[in-house]
Order: sequence, then structure tokens, then C-alpha cells
Amino acid sequence: MTDATSDPDKIEGPTPDNALRAADAAENLGGPVLAADGTPLKKSLARALRMQKLRALALIAPLLIFVLVTFIAPIADMLFRSVENQIVSETLPRTVAALEDWDAESGELPGDAVFEAAYTDIFIAAENKRHTRLGTRLNYELTGVSSLFRKSGRGLDDIGEVYLDQFEDLDENWDEALPWAELMGTEASVAAFREWEAAEDAAREAGRDFDEPIPSFELRADISETLPRTAEMYQRFATFMEVEEEDSAFEEEPWSIVYTRLYEDLRDGDMSSYDGPRAEMLQAADALVDNPDFETVTLQDGFEEIDEDWLDPEVWRTIQTYSPNYTSGYFLNAVDMQKTPDGPALRDEDERIYGLLFKRTMFMSLMITFSCILLAYPVAYLLSNLPMRSANLLMILVLLPFWTSLLVRTSAWKVMLQQQGVINDVLVWLGLVGDAERLVMINNQFGTIVAMTHILLPFMILPMYSVMSTIPPYYVRAAKSLGATNWTAFWRVYFPQSVPGIGAGSILVFILAIGYYITPEIVGGTTGTFISNRIAYHISSSLNWGLAAALGTILLAVVLILYWAYDRIVGIDNVKLGG
Amino acid sequence: MNLTKTLMASTALTVAATGAFAGSHADMADSMTLVSWGGAYQSSQQKAYVEPYLEMNEGVSATWDESSAEAVAKLRAMNEAGNVTWDLVDVVASDAIRLCDEGLAMEIDHDDVLAPAPDGTDASDDFGDLIVSDCFIPQIVYSTTFGYRTDLVPEGVEAPNDICDVFDLETYPGKRALEKRPINNMEWALLCDGVAKEDVYDVLETEEGQDQALAKLDTIKDDVIWWSAGADTPQLLADGEIFMGSTYNGRLFSVIEEQDQPVGMMWDAQVFDLDGWIVPADLPEDRLARVMDFLKFATDTQRLADQAKYISYGPARESSAPLVSTHAELGIEMAPHMPTDPNNAQNTFLYNYEFWADYRDDIDAKFQAWLAQN
Repeated sequence: MTDATSDPDKIEGPTPDNALRAADAAENLGGPVLAADGTPLKKSLARALRMQKLRALALIAPLLIFVLVTFIAPIADMLFRSVENQIVSETLPRTVAALEDWDAESGELPGDAVFEAAYTDIFIAAENKRHTRLGTRLNYELTGVSSLFRKSGRGLDDIGEVYLDQFEDLDENWDEALPWAELMGTEASVAAFREWEAAEDAAREAGRDFDEPIPSFELRADISETLPRTAEMYQRFATFMEVEEEDSAFEEEPWSIVYTRLYEDLRDGDMSSYDGPRAEMLQAADALVDNPDFETVTLQDGFEEIDEDWLDPEVWRTIQTYSPNYTSGYFLNAVDMQKTPDGPALRDEDERIYGLLFKRTMFMSLMITFSCILLAYPVAYLLSNLPMRSANLLMILVLLPFWTSLLVRTSAWKVMLQQQGVINDVLVWLGLVGDAERLVMINNQFGTIVAMTHILLPFMILPMYSVMSTIPPYYVRAAKSLGATNWTAFWRVYFPQSVPGIGAGSILVFILAIGYYITPEIVGGTTGTFISNRIAYHISSSLNWGLAAALGTILLAVVLILYWAYDRIVGIDNVKLGG
Repeated sequence: MNLTKTLMASTALTVAATGAFAGSHADMADSMTLVSWGGAYQSSQQKAYVEPYLEMNEGVSATWDESSAEAVAKLRAMNEAGNVTWDLVDVVASDAIRLCDEGLAMEIDHDDVLAPAPDGTDASDDFGDLIVSDCFIPQIVYSTTFGYRTDLVPEGVEAPNDICDVFDLETYPGKRALEKRPINNMEWALLCDGVAKEDVYDVLETEEGQDQALAKLDTIKDDVIWWSAGADTPQLLADGEIFMGSTYNGRLFSVIEEQDQPVGMMWDAQVFDLDGWIVPADLPEDRLARVMDFLKFATDTQRLADQAKYISYGPARESSAPLVSTHAELGIEMAPHMPTDPNNAQNTFLYNYEFWADYRDDIDAKFQAWLAQN
């Protein structure tokens, strides 16, 4: 809201800007104008100007940095969530890659490679407790995914346990931590562990404290060739134990998925030439796997066992659709649309709500602004034309609501407007309204408009007052002395001068109104709520922050567009917050 | 935090700083931040176990933060910022499940952390099925149920005692207050539209079922005031704005017994829900030690029974039920006011956490769209 006179281009007199223009003009007429030290005048002026601008920037730098760090950056971060979607590809990296080749339109289930990848991804995500978070994310798009993922986190163990049980029946060492570590680890790391264990036992017997860390596990190089998949998964398990659980592969039996991997390696490979540690144990297991009685389970069956929904291509299609790192899904949602195989489409009629709420928010904010103008104008006029003493008293009355809690003011309207409230009681007592037909004035649009007009009124009165108090009274007197009627004097002389105050007040009230949510929540019922109520709901209740951010971004864009339109139509120069 | 507590806390800090303080729990933090709901519920916690605990442990202070309603969102934000300032958070069970799912709450070995019952029963058996999540330590069972104005019951008609009386505008004219969310309302609507209790969630899973529930709600839509804060219905009842409305049973208890309003309880088809503690994940060791010490005390059999002196919510431990005594100020027996009392619990629902975790987003979108249409 700049003032015409503060535009640097319009200041007359000796400023660097004007000197620069003068130098330009001179240059066009003849050769370069030189300064006292012989450098071209233009250059030295430009330097002076730059210095001045830098100094100005340095002066506002603390405030600028403060605003950037505490205001702009968090808002930008929040708005950015409306497109962010890394969670899918971070939690299910293999699945996302495997699904790339799958055609969702075929109506067929994805192949074994996808189930294989999903088994690994979800298993690891479950160990990291990240699978349910992804389930919540995908549940926004497809109902039921939330519990599907929660169940799968627990249920995927069943697949590995089929193999675990059989290996364990063969040899109990398969269900022990140390034999596994011996099979997979370097001799040096196993020896280090045994040493540590002995030291711990000795310390315990002697009653001493023992806080040496467990030596870390190291994978043997040749086992990666013999049992490639097992080794990879076991390494992951060992690292997870050390880093996340502060535990050790030497002391914990491996994850159930390691047994599945072992089965696959034994099925595909031949162990007869293996002569490393625990060779007998491994070869016996190899023989067991080759036995036709060995029970196996396909991953697809395993997934079906957890929940039949895994056989629904729709689940896989949702994962595929939302696998990119950035998504337009939240924005589509925010305008009542959704992603479908044929591109974005409108939602079912009974699920559309945001368009209605945006329209309603605009309409009600405008209504509130207009009622504020109507009520505030006479008050501001009175304030600026009364003698100082009574004006001050009136001013205190205007400011009083500012010092009262917002909740108190809103609740007071409840007491006034409800059906058994003060206004209805008075009307019934006066006999204007029958006891059975008391007016419904709250929990609807009317209630919201009344309460919010009251709450925002001071924001309209104050700018109007500050503009009106600078309008010299003799203009109106002059108009009247030249024969104008009271109305003409007001309408043609006074009112145009007070317009900048109306403009400033309207912008303030409208922008405040558009983002209000406490008052509409309390007195709005179902027809008087704003889009901001849904944003608050998604932030604090449904936790769909992406959708909240998308709605917020749209709201911000709408305000900026309206501001721009206002500038084009009315002109922002015509807005004054003070004389 | 009131002034005396602030003074106590700062005194404790000064004492600790000068080194004069050598407590027996050198490795425990001296202060805790507890998060709860405010109001009567928080004060029941304060009186039943926070004050006794602070008396037993001199130099320890407790600060309340009344943020339970937004606990999940705030904890998530704190976790993202890497600065969790809460030590113990009171949440409803569905939020506890969500926090556990997101890894924001700590998983707990109930037998290890909590005190056994006086007869030696393990804590996990004493709490039984109420441990709905590994992160959740139940405190109370509360229910969402209906209260009605006794003076507005039409003459010659029995007081409402059936959930379907809510939908019967002819016999019981007047406005109703229902919560502005689908949970509970959809179930009640189906129940009164001829769906058997055990089929409710199977029906609600389908689009037709959802439409059926909304159609039933449509029949009373014009006479419903939708509430979003637990205090709304008691206020509307006290002002005579509504004939009947749903809210938490403890709120109705205080309207009826403490404020003496002409309001009656209708327990039919009340929906049980749980409220309890969760410990935020990854607390520093000294704060965790303090919280665990407090938790063990605050959730033992006697403490949970004590809480029922101040508010009419049922203690979550089976062993606490026989110890429930009289109201601390009114002196009336509390047992008949508990939602779990056999007379009140003849026809009940248990909040279906799994169903609503899946269908909440979807049904809520529909419900809100339905509400917004005139």
C-alpha cells in the first residue's frame, strides 16, 4: 500500500536517481559527463546509488531475515507438502521399480517379481515401523489400504515361518543366532564375539560392570557367492540390529525373511562343494529342500493368506499411480477431482465438497465485508466529527472488543442468538414471535455473518477513521456555500475523499474473514462453515497434511488474484491506512 | 501452571542448581510435561495421582499442556522438528493406535513397566483386552451416550430409553445434538434402520450401507444441531435448546449431579471408548526414567480407582472396579454412574478402531458433503 509520493521515481530534487537521469540526458546531447575525479559521472553515480541501496538493505536485513526464517520459510515448507509424495518410493523402492513394467489396464495381477519386491519392501518397512505410515498415506486414495498394510506388517512373517519351522525341525541350530552368524560371518568377527562373550561372563562372575560394546558382525566374502540372496538379506538384518536396535546379529536369530531367502538359494544352488563353517548344517538343509515333501508357499499365496485384497489389481494400481516423488493428487482432491485410469475426473456428486466450500467462503467473506462497511461508516464518521472528549469515549467503545477474548465474544453471540436466547426471549415477550416459532439465528450462515461482522468491525472502523479525520471540514462547508444540498455535499465532496479508508478496511476485513475458522466452527453449524474449517480438520484430525496444504495453497492463490484484480480495478494507490 | 506450582518448580530448580539437592533418583529428570484434555477430566487426574506423586517426590514438578485434542498433529510436528517437549500424553485409543502406527509413540512391555494388581495378577491380564495397541496404557473407559431433558418429555409418554427414540420425532419432538462426524452416528442410524447389531460394520463397508445410514440421518437432519466440542451438548441441554443430545457420559454426570439440571441419562447403545497414556518415542533417558516411575504409580489399581472419585469414568483395570467408592464432594456412590455398570451396559458398542482407521477418510468425505448440502 504505497503512497504516490513515496515512489522514488517521482521525487524531485537532488537524488542519485535523478542525477543519473540527468547524466543520461547529458550523454545523449554530447560526450560523457565527468565527475570531479575524472571518472564518468554516470559510473560514479551508479556506485553511489549502489552503496545507498546496500545500506538500505543492510538496515532492513535483520527484519528481512527474521521474516524469511520465521514466516516465509515455514509457510513455503508447508505449502510444498501439497505436491510431495516421496513416501511411496522411499518405503517401497523395489516394488515401485518392479511395477514400472506392469500394465494396470490389463486387469491382471502383477507378476511374481512384484510380489517378490513387495515382500522385501514391506518386510523391511515393517521392521522400521514405516509400513503403517505408508498405509495411512495410500488410504487417502483407496479405502482399506491402511489396515491392509498394518495386517501385512504382522502377516508377512508367516511366509518365512513356513521355512523356518522346517529348517528348525531338521536342526535346531537354524533357530539360533550364533550358528547363523558362524555360517555367514568372517572367522575373525566370530572369534572377536566369542572373546567378548567370555570377557562378559568373567566380569559377571566377578560382579564387575561390563560395558564393552559387542564387536560388529562382518559378512564373509565367499558366502555371498554361495548364498547370494541370503547373504544380502542377512547383512541387512545384521546392520539393522546394530544400528537401529543396538543389538547384534550374534545374539538375535535372523528375521523370518532370511529363511525364505535361504530356501530360494538352496533351491537354485548346490551346496555339495561348500566347505566353509557349518557345512554339514547347510548341506543337510539343501538335501531337505530337494526332498519333494518340502513344503513351499508361493509369495502370491502368502499375500493372499494375509488379506485377499492383495489379489485386487486396484491396490497395485494405486501404488503404481502414486509412486512418483511428486503428485498432483492432493490438488486434484482439493478441487473435488481424482486420478482415474483415464486421467483426472470429477468425484462422485455425493463426495464433492471443496468447490462448494470455496464458493461459500468467498460469498460469506464478501457479505461480512459489506456489512462491516455499512456499520462502520457512520461510526467512523461520528468519531472523526465529534468533539475530542466524546470521540475518545466512543473510541474506547470501539477498541473494547479488541481486549476481550475471541471465544468470549463468539460465545456471547451464542447466548444472544440461540432459540432460547436473549433476542428470541425478547421477541416472544413482545409478542412479535410465537413461542413455538422462535427464529433460528445461529448454527447457520446468518449466525456466522453476524458474529464475524461484530468481531471484524474494528478493523474497518479504524482505517476509515484515520482517513476521515484528515478530510478538512471546510471542503463540505465550501460546497454547501456554493449551493450544494447536504446530500450532494456529502456524496460529491466528502464521500470520494473517504474512499481510500473504505478500500483499506475492506482489504483488511476480507482477508481476515477468508481465513477465519474458530468463529464459524462455533456458530456456523453446517451451512456457515468455511474452507478454513476443513483445512484445520485435515491438519489436526485426519492428518492429511498434503490435502490441507493444497487447500491452503489454493486459498492463498485466490487471495493474491483478488488482490491483483483489486489493484487493477480500484488501484492500490487509493488505499490508505492513515492520513 | 498456577503460581504456586511455578514457584515450586523454580525453587526446585534453584535448589538443584546449588547442589544442595541430592535426591535418591539422581538419574531422573525433575520435571514432567503431561498432556491432557483440561477441564474436569484433567483435574481428576491431578487429584487422583499427580498431586500424590508430587508429594511423595519432593523437588519434582509437573506441567500440564491441554493439547490432547490435537495431540497426534502436534506430536508429529514436534517429531519432525526433532524437539519433543512432552513426556506423557493422554489420548483416546484411536489416536494411540495412529501414534503407534506412525512410530511416534513408544512400544511398552506392560508387565514390565506397570504395577501388577494387588493379588499379583500381571498388568496385561488386569487391563485385558483394553490394551488395544502396544503403545497404549489404558486409564479409563468412557462412553458416548445420550442425555435428555426430563421436563420436555411429552406428557403420558415414557422417558426415552431406546436409541431409536433419537430418530422418533413424532413421539419426542424437539432438537437433537449429534457430533459433527460420522463415527457413532452412522452406527446408530443403521441400528435404527433395521440392521442387526452384529452386521452394522459389514453394511457400513458398502456404499449402499453408507447411503442407507445417511438417508436415516436425513430424516432428522433439520432438527439436529451438530456439535464439535464435548461441552456443547451439556450447554445446549442446560439452556433447553435441545431435547436430547449425545456427549461423553462424564459430561452428563456433571450436568445431572453436580449442576442439578433436569437431565436424564439414556444408556442404550452407548459406545465405549478408551482413554489412556502414551509415551512419546525417543525420550532422553532421564526424562524417560521419570515418566516410567510416574506411570507405574499413576496406573496402579488404587490410583485408577481413586480417579473415579472425581469423574464418572470406569477405571481400566479389572482389579480397580471393587475399589470404586463415593464421589469426593457429593458423597454419592459412583458405581451406578459408571458406563460399565451392568445396569447401564445392557446394550453397548465398542468403538471399532480397525474399521474406522480404514474408512474414516472416505466416509468422512461423504458425511461432510452430505452435511454441507441443505
